[in-house]
Amino acid sequence: MKFRLKAFSNGGGARAGVLQLGSNCSIETPALLLTTIKGLPAFISPDLLSSLPTPDSRLLQFSPLHFLEGISLKTISEMGGLKHIAGLRQDCIFNAVPRDSIISLPDFQSSNKTGASFDTPSGRRLIRPIDYMEMISSMKPDMWVSLADEVPSWVSEKRNTTSVDRTITWLDDCITSNLASITFGAVFGSIVGGSRIEERRRCAQEVAKRNVSGFYIAGFGLGESIDERPDLLGAVIESIPEEKPRQISGLGLPEEVLQGVAAGIDLFDSTYIYQLTLGGFALTFPLKKFGMHSSDDGPSDIGSDGTKINLKATIYRKDTSPILESCQCYTCQNHTKAYINHLFNVHEMLAQILLEIHNTHHYLGFFRVIRKAIVEGKFEHFRQSYIETRRNSIYATALSA
Amino acid sequence: MALRFEILGRFNRARAARFTLPHFVCQTPLFMPVGTQGTIKGLTTSQLEDIGCQIILGNTYHLALRPTSELIDELGGLHKFMNWPRALLTDSGGFQMVSLLHLADITEKGVTFQSPVDGKPMLLTPEESIQIQNRIGADIIMALDDVVKTTITGPRIEEAMYRTLRWIDRCIAAHKKPHVQNLFGIVQGGLDPVLRDICVKGLVERNLPGYAIGGLAGGEDKDSFWRVVAQCTASLPEDKPRYVMGVGYPLDIVVCSALGADMYDCVYPTRTARFGTALVPEGVLKLKHKAMADDTRPVDLTCECMVCKNYSRAYIHILVTKDAMGSQLLSYHNLFYMMKLSRDLHSSIVEGRFPEFVCSFLQKMFPEGDVPQWVCNAMEVAGIDISSCCTPLPSS
Ligand SMILES: [Zn+2]
Ligand SMILES: [Zn+2]
Repeated sequence: MKFRLKAFSNGGGARAGVLQLGSNCSIETPALLLTTIKGLPAFISPDLLSSLPTPDSRLLQFSPLHFLEGISLKTISEMGGLKHIAGLRQDCIFNAVPRDSIISLPDFQSSNKTGASFDTPSGRRLIRPIDYMEMISSMKPDMWVSLADEVPSWVSEKRNTTSVDRTITWLDDCITSNLASITFGAVFGSIVGGSRIEERRRCAQEVAKRNVSGFYIAGFGLGESIDERPDLLGAVIESIPEEKPRQISGLGLPEEVLQGVAAGIDLFDSTYIYQLTLGGFALTFPLKKFGMHSSDDGPSDIGSDGTKINLKATIYRKDTSPILESCQCYTCQNHTKAYINHLFNVHEMLAQILLEIHNTHHYLGFFRVIRKAIVEGKFEHFRQSYIETRRNSIYATALSA
Repeated sequence: MALRFEILGRFNRARAARFTLPHFVCQTPLFMPVGTQGTIKGLTTSQLEDIGCQIILGNTYHLALRPTSELIDELGGLHKFMNWPRALLTDSGGFQMVSLLHLADITEKGVTFQSPVDGKPMLLTPEESIQIQNRIGADIIMALDDVVKTTITGPRIEEAMYRTLRWIDRCIAAHKKPHVQNLFGIVQGGLDPVLRDICVKGLVERNLPGYAIGGLAGGEDKDSFWRVVAQCTASLPEDKPRYVMGVGYPLDIVVCSALGADMYDCVYPTRTARFGTALVPEGVLKLKHKAMADDTRPVDLTCECMVCKNYSRAYIHILVTKDAMGSQLLSYHNLFYMMKLSRDLHSSIVEGRFPEFVCSFLQKMFPEGDVPQWVCNAMEVAGIDISSCCTPLPSS
């Protein structure tokens, strides 16, 4: 894996770069890692995945803990790793992250010094660094995140300190394991520390001393407030070298992503799209407006909060327009809001398929706009204008309510 | 009449045709997947086109409840609503009511039932069924018939058959769009050859665009099943399509095609996929089975579909019955299998190698040579020599 920075925002820490894997995979950052269940987006089969923008949709997250039952690690390894068993093109990039916030949830109370505990569909499982490395070496991801002891923001100071100590020990266990030598993927060292700035800094400094290819900022989206994040992220970012990529989990809302980008994050993995899709929400915030074009392709639908609409709402019963007129995704090119509304009413799976396609397409577009803004030196302007539009729209909705 | 049915090839009773409908030129024999609520569960319309689906079936009863036929009509018909450019067929709604609702009752007026919305008594008349189907706008619409289980005997069967004949005239009179929608009549009469014969004659007199053989696939024994099909196909007009409703399994489709039927529909391929079962030339493959966990072969070694090209049984095993993707991928494969079967039936008849195709189909499904007796009986009537794939009983 190679990572090259190519532009910085003037003022603030936002940066644009290129993540290169092998000879034919390169991904522009800041980038979104698509959330998967067992290596595939929840509802998008590989033939439909190819309708999404390339190479943007080639970067995927997966949790090795999804494979605790059924297929054995030996079989996965013999078949050539996850990319082969999940039937995806060889130019896609897989990043292994233990926690996925959907079906593999950290269970900090049951974690102990030997390993991290997770709630999974096959029950509560304690994963030791050695177990984890066995999974990684069999699944052969392009990148992988070290095992972390993730704790929510509200745990005691003592528990938080323990979490930092364990996470550093486990990083050493992972990278010094015999299995690491036969694992070709790039390792991202996990950084924890909860809501304590000193602990975040201590963890980041320790991880930065290790031989890692990048950094994974863990323990976010676990109860901390959006206002305390900039300081926490700042403490981490200033303790790690600039030239290596930084990934974060748990920041999903557009505002949160903008906050992360502003702090200098390059890679985002979040379940935002998955959660939206299950709830019947379609992203509709305009992508072109912000300093790019003057034409406004945004909707002014009732029931909208300015960023998304709920297709389960009865107002869409007879709406024969696509989710977004200007959207080039498969769903918007082929289907109406009325049809998707019907599919939700009758609990048909195609509703989620069509919505996940649109939301993924739209969100990848959001990251593309972010990259463009950084390269053109307009990121701060873009961020401010996004937040303002959002605030105005919430205000307008409140007034009309 | 809004269809053309041109026979391109025959083998004894079996036929392969070019079947031109308002929205698509189909090739028969053909299998129609069931898209109850305006969607085939888990597949996009472009995937259905990729697979080779020609006609999709919509259920009038479900569509009339949600989103309602009035809304579908207002939004330009079901083709436009679900964005399906090819052909559609809707059933009459009667069968769904009788099979889904406990309190459905059939009188001369129509089918009375309790509304699933507010529990009030409702009535579906032949006129109303056709009116709803006219609004939905499918290429083929079905007459409302008096459905009885094939396992019932006695005067009720006769009553239902005669009522079906009386209702067909009410359906024809109510049909407002004969220039764009084809009304098919349904042959009833249970397992009684005399009643079936009266019904066929009665319907043929009405010179309908196509005919369906109804009241089967309801638990009757297989020998009775194929004999009814054979009797009806023998007396239905040559130049009109013949549709065996609710059939079915790949083996049933091969047998019915040999007997001269053209069209089939069944929820089986997609329903069984959701329970983790794949259709394969050998019969079925249960992907939930533990033995699949480390089986690195594709679901069907001979299949060219997206799923078999990309996935192992081991991977499908961890998805089925747990993740949406499991039923998406298996439904895709199963429908691909049914479409391939339809294409193989068509081309083997056109190319004059239908018996060879039937034999190789039976050999894969019954490698021990234990072809069921009813299949042997049906094939004899169909004039297909399958002796090469039936082993004589060992003389011990
Ligand atoms: Zn779209
Ligand atoms: Zn297949």
